Amino acid sequence: MGADPLTDAHGWRSGSLDDLEALEIELLLEGIHRRYGFDFREYAPASLRRRVRRRMDGEKVETISALQDLILHDPAVMERLLLDLSINVTAMFRDPGFYAAFRALVVPQLRTYPFARIWVAGCSTGEEVYSLAILLAEEGLADRVRVYATDINQAVLEQARLGVFPLDKMQEYTQNYIKAGGTRAFSEYYVARYDGAQFARSLVDNVVFAQHNLATDAAFNEFHAIVCRNVMIYFDKSLQEHVHRLFHESLATFGVLALGQKETIRFSPHEESYEVLDEHEKLYRKVR
Amino acid sequence: MSYELIAVGASWGGLHAFGTLLAALPDEVDAAIVLAQHRGPGSVRGTLESLLQQHVARPVSEPDDKEPIERAHVYVAPADYHLLVDRGRFALTTDERVQYARPSVDVLFESVATAYRERAIGIVLTGANADGAAGLAAIKERGGVAIVQDPASAARRQMPDAALAATVADAVLPLEEIPRFLYGLCCEAP
Repeated sequence: MGADPLTDAHGWRSGSLDDLEALEIELLLEGIHRRYGFDFREYAPASLRRRVRRRMDGEKVETISALQDLILHDPAVMERLLLDLSINVTAMFRDPGFYAAFRALVVPQLRTYPFARIWVAGCSTGEEVYSLAILLAEEGLADRVRVYATDINQAVLEQARLGVFPLDKMQEYTQNYIKAGGTRAFSEYYVARYDGAQFARSLVDNVVFAQHNLATDAAFNEFHAIVCRNVMIYFDKSLQEHVHRLFHESLATFGVLALGQKETIRFSPHEESYEVLDEHEKLYRKVR
Repeated sequence: MSYELIAVGASWGGLHAFGTLLAALPDEVDAAIVLAQHRGPGSVRGTLESLLQQHVARPVSEPDDKEPIERAHVYVAPADYHLLVDRGRFALTTDERVQYARPSVDVLFESVATAYRERAIGIVLTGANADGAAGLAAIKERGGVAIVQDPASAARRQMPDAALAATVADAVLPLEEIPRFLYGLCCEAP
């Protein structure tokens, strides 16, 4: 009978280092919830673990427990972790095919309303908001459609509101814009300022930036379209279901839900309430 | 040892290498196989998967977020996302590129190491950068098996070389011999 690998020299049974890490993360999230009120307990574990490890590197600590110590006692560290957990890297006109499909399938429907509302849920640093604003302007809908851009993080919202994106990304964004069916010269929409491209203020005349927490906040309006792309991949299944219920409640009948390229409504609680507008580009229309 | 997941990473020359490897893989090796091939964001969804499907009887697909991981299935990491594994399902992120790559082999391998430990096999193939080296070391560290394509036989040797510098591989083999080695690991009694 060989030695039990999980029993150490003291005769204690201990799990693997990964089990320990999982425990520390659970304690960290519990601590954050109780101390600051942010609930990350239903975020997808794999991506959460990566971001926590990155924050550990940033704060130069060796263990999650050491990070917890800093977080509980220093709100500035919590602020930094909040940024890590709420900034979802994206690009303007990311997945140009999506914007082309939005133009072709959703815009005609929006035209039929005297006034329409679109919710960009989890807008992060705003690339998607400005892309939509440009699209709506080019389609002549800028003053008939109000966009509500929400995010959990006030600091990130401020950044989105400012509308300054890295100048060195403009070449990539121009290519995306063209493939998405853009009708003008992309450079008309921004002015180069130091390292940044400052996008025209007029683009957000009809955009409301507001803080909203998808995990904990209620529905706040009824929308003709909800765009939530590559946000729910950071949530676990249970939280995804919660958010799908929120979206279903927030959509007008025939309103459109737009998800990210590798997301789906299949297996979600309201799957039967939607018809597929475009399976490839993840556009779904609420029918009941 | 029952191996549940084989994670394979490549960059330059990967399509051909994956195809060769999969075509020669005996049916008895029925672990789930997950491929991370460096791809640009404009890479058309489904192209890599349909090209590989031509070589292979077992199903090849690009997983959606939260899709369950099934044995005897081949999964290809989608473009412009990082692919991770977690408790029997896939997880996607759009986090920053790692060594200019998204999907990153390291990101996949590190999550495989954590989730599957000694039931994981990691394979680094041809490529023109060092992605995958740290990830393979993580798989090995957690008790999994580390296989590296013989650099001399690789279309680009940088990736296998970097992997060999990062960890002691269990096998360094030309591409054609990897299927036989996997069969030995998975299907022959020790």
